[in-house]
Amino acid sequence: MPLAVVIILLVVATIIFHFASPWWFTPIASNWGAIDTTVNITIWVTGVVFIAVNLFLAYVIVKYRHKDDGRAHYEPENTKLEVWLTSITALGVAAMLAPGLFVWADFVNVPEDAAEVEVVGQQWRWSYRFPGADGVFGSTDIPNMSVDNPFGISPDDPAGQDDILVNDNTVHVPLNKPIKFLLRSKDVLHDFAVAEFRVKMDLVPGMVTYIWLTPTKTGTYDILCEELCGMAHYAMRGAVVVNEENEFDSWLSEQPTFAQTVARPVGDPVAGQAFFAVCAACHGPQGEGNLALNAPKTAGQEGWYIKKQINSFKSGFRGAHKDDIYGLQMAPMAAILVDENAIDNVIAYINTLPDNPPETSVTGDAARGEKLYTTCAACHGRQGQGIWSQDAPRLAGMTDWYLVQQLKNFKAGVRGDHASDFQGRQMALLSLMLKDEQAIHDIVAYINTL
Amino acid sequence: MAYVAIADRDHEHHLHDPQTFITKYIWSQDHKVIAIQYGITAISVGVLAMILSAMMRLQLAFPDVFSFITPNNYYQFVTMHGMIMVIYLLTALFLGGFGNFLIPLMCGARDMVFPYVNMLSFWVYLLSVIILMASFFVPGGPTGAGWTLYPPQSILPGTPGTDWGILFMLISLAVFIVAFTMGGLNYVTTVLQARCRGMTLMRMPLSVWGIFVATILGLLAFPALLVSAVMMILDKTIGTSFFIPAVLSMGESLDHLGGSPILFQHLFWFFGHPEVYIVALPAFGIISDLISTHARKNIFGYRMMVWAIVAIGALSFVVWAHHMYVSGMNPYFGFFFATTTLIIAIPTAIKVYNWVLTLWQGNIRFTVPMMFAIGFIFTFTHGGLTGLFLGNVTVDLPLSDTYFVVGHFHMVMGVSPVLAVFGAIYHWFPKISGRMFNETLGKWHFWLTFLGTYSIYLPMHYLGILGVPRRYYANGITDFIPESAQTMNVGITIAALLVAVVQIIFFVNIIWSLRNGKKADSNPWGATTLEWQTPDTPPKHGNWGPELPVVYRWAYDYSVPGQSLDFIPQTEPHHGHDSVDDEDKDKK
Repeated sequence: MPLAVVIILLVVATIIFHFASPWWFTPIASNWGAIDTTVNITIWVTGVVFIAVNLFLAYVIVKYRHKDDGRAHYEPENTKLEVWLTSITALGVAAMLAPGLFVWADFVNVPEDAAEVEVVGQQWRWSYRFPGADGVFGSTDIPNMSVDNPFGISPDDPAGQDDILVNDNTVHVPLNKPIKFLLRSKDVLHDFAVAEFRVKMDLVPGMVTYIWLTPTKTGTYDILCEELCGMAHYAMRGAVVVNEENEFDSWLSEQPTFAQTVARPVGDPVAGQAFFAVCAACHGPQGEGNLALNAPKTAGQEGWYIKKQINSFKSGFRGAHKDDIYGLQMAPMAAILVDENAIDNVIAYINTLPDNPPETSVTGDAARGEKLYTTCAACHGRQGQGIWSQDAPRLAGMTDWYLVQQLKNFKAGVRGDHASDFQGRQMALLSLMLKDEQAIHDIVAYINTL
Repeated sequence: MAYVAIADRDHEHHLHDPQTFITKYIWSQDHKVIAIQYGITAISVGVLAMILSAMMRLQLAFPDVFSFITPNNYYQFVTMHGMIMVIYLLTALFLGGFGNFLIPLMCGARDMVFPYVNMLSFWVYLLSVIILMASFFVPGGPTGAGWTLYPPQSILPGTPGTDWGILFMLISLAVFIVAFTMGGLNYVTTVLQARCRGMTLMRMPLSVWGIFVATILGLLAFPALLVSAVMMILDKTIGTSFFIPAVLSMGESLDHLGGSPILFQHLFWFFGHPEVYIVALPAFGIISDLISTHARKNIFGYRMMVWAIVAIGALSFVVWAHHMYVSGMNPYFGFFFATTTLIIAIPTAIKVYNWVLTLWQGNIRFTVPMMFAIGFIFTFTHGGLTGLFLGNVTVDLPLSDTYFVVGHFHMVMGVSPVLAVFGAIYHWFPKISGRMFNETLGKWHFWLTFLGTYSIYLPMHYLGILGVPRRYYANGITDFIPESAQTMNVGITIAALLVAVVQIIFFVNIIWSLRNGKKADSNPWGATTLEWQTPDTPPKHGNWGPELPVVYRWAYDYSVPGQSLDFIPQTEPHHGHDSVDDEDKDKK
């Protein structure tokens, strides 16, 4: 008897939960409303079965509960009833399956006029490529990939020269135009998923997969990786911005082509030295860093990383938070470097500076730090050397007090809080593993041993 | 020549002689002892896997508190929890545990037909468990690649445990498969060759049918996992490229060329989907017998139930790619696999109907095993119905890789089989131990487990519909996951910890009852099947005393009209009819 009551209560509670749940589909932003319809059909069919079976179960266990003078009915088979039940079930299954297959046929067949954009996944970030004026993507290959050619485009393929490269986690797409997303992975499986679009698909290294959709609502939507891709899977985030067509066009026209990224002149250390005089005031004449002025060591740091940080300061991704005292100081300094060439020149000069190990100032339990550092090593490398493809700077042999300060900033949301600063946000997500301040000191103490 | 069961032939008799302590309990060839060895080992690793899941839940609910749960650890917990639960607990327990205990007893055999191989099967299984446990202690720890072990990430840096953990995992799986094969061949051969006189296939209890068909599935499916494990070991150790194409790893391009990650997924799920039924079919069979016995009523539609088990088993080999709708395989496969997958719902639904119709017009005793069985019907119905979402290719698109999947497979493949396991342990405990368990503790165990697990998994489906991805160490800030989802996470974690803790009730009950439980009759439930008709309880080695039983009727003669007792054991002859081979009599 209590069991029957509980089963009825569970059915009622499930129905209430269903209708009261604040967690339901996000407002749809693509043409795939038909997918929601198939889900709703399935909910109705299965919901009716769930309620009917369980209420009947509850009825049966009340009505036929044990009685001392009771006796079960002996009936091994009832063919008629079994045929009926089988037929009704088959009908219900068909009612769910048929609409699903029709919608799937739409999903498989991409409209002829769909514009193409390539989504490139890697551990643990997104980037994008448009085919450019000729409408054809240049061929790519893994061995071509380097810090200067992260997409791996074949330099000899004329079709690749005008490809438009978006080496950033955010992509823009035009409203109300069908778009075919070509999905490519550099390393492991990933999955391109935007909740508001409903459709998703894995990125598989060695092949190109696809989905297509028509964005129907302007706005910015999160891209989440939904196929386990290693330690920082949960921190592999991106964004897709749906724009009116003219806004989209102007955004696209600002993005460089492959030919432009390759043709950029090499930095000139002599020209850079003049600019560096300003930097040296805080970072030291040899770029060795200065604790009193809270300026980290720059000598020996990876050039692509310094460039990214300077650009972050310039565009307000970094050094804009009111609690980031030293970042706020750096931001106007970075503005002195007015263009890419100036930045390249300074970096070229920094590359000529001697890379002397700084004095260590942080103490902690290096043994515990070593255990924790296995997580850090996935991006920064086992030797803390920094890895360009992971957007991870060098840690070993750099100023240790600065690492502590920055980890605290990430943890406190002072750094990595800007919506467009994906690398910063990623590091903020990873700093969630630092559950106490001691962990920070232990990790940095271990890095000092590398 | 008159038929003599293999186990009854003279030269086999020395196997059943009295033994020393070591041959009786350690190097035992008695299927019942081996069953218990399998059971204890499987449940022990299952407890470990449950503790790992508690760790995961702690991280998800209280992301700022537990300093030992780094992202690496989290993914290692996820992986080991899943693999242990599916393979080392459920597969081993249902087949090695219940299969070993029930097949000879329910078929009227003295033992498995190859007792020595049977013993070896357990020891090799134990070896696989030891290798698996060792992976916790190697540099870098166990693999964190997810229980599906998808390459390339499972063997490339960036995933925890890619130095040693993944190798230990793959080797352990290979060893497990060797163990399973030795056990599995035994179970199949015993069912086919060693049934006692009169025990036709269509008189076998459904528990045996479920375990029998599940074992065949395992023998056909596990080789796919074995070859993929071997291929991945080669990719990892000597640099072959079965599964690894040209890739960039840590900023450098590797030497691999031309491999296919999707090939692994096909092999994995060609094993992995039947694996679902390797766990589910024994549970189906056991639940059928529990319901029939405790409702004092024949199972409804026995032949349909048998054919449903066989049909589900066969169909389970042509649905595997429904796990891969968004894997990037040729999308046209979606039409085929969605259709086959939804067809499998029909025989599965028939099983649910027939359980409920068995209760219909019954005389239901709310014993502890019966409560677990009814709980199973509820959770399995829920989990089966949500499977219709994920099996239907279009509906799967928004739900795949979200918490909806986690909720679904835990309902159907976690909670349901575990309820069946508990029901089965309570049901057969008097036969295994010769003592009764404590009914009150059993009921508390049921209520807290049943209600607790439902409150864990029901909300997960809704988080999934919202789009919350699975296998996330932390959700962080997104544009669509509200703060309330984190509140729900705390609620789910509290329920999960509660369910974990109340399992203590089960262990207390079992251990206490082994010593202090009331002495059990040989047939305390009034059951018809052979294991309850043994001369001794618990049955001695050889099971049947001098004479093998003879079977005259099917396994479900409960409440036959005109009989004074409400059950007739299978060994009871029909009045005025001494043929043992006449199945038609069963239905009269």
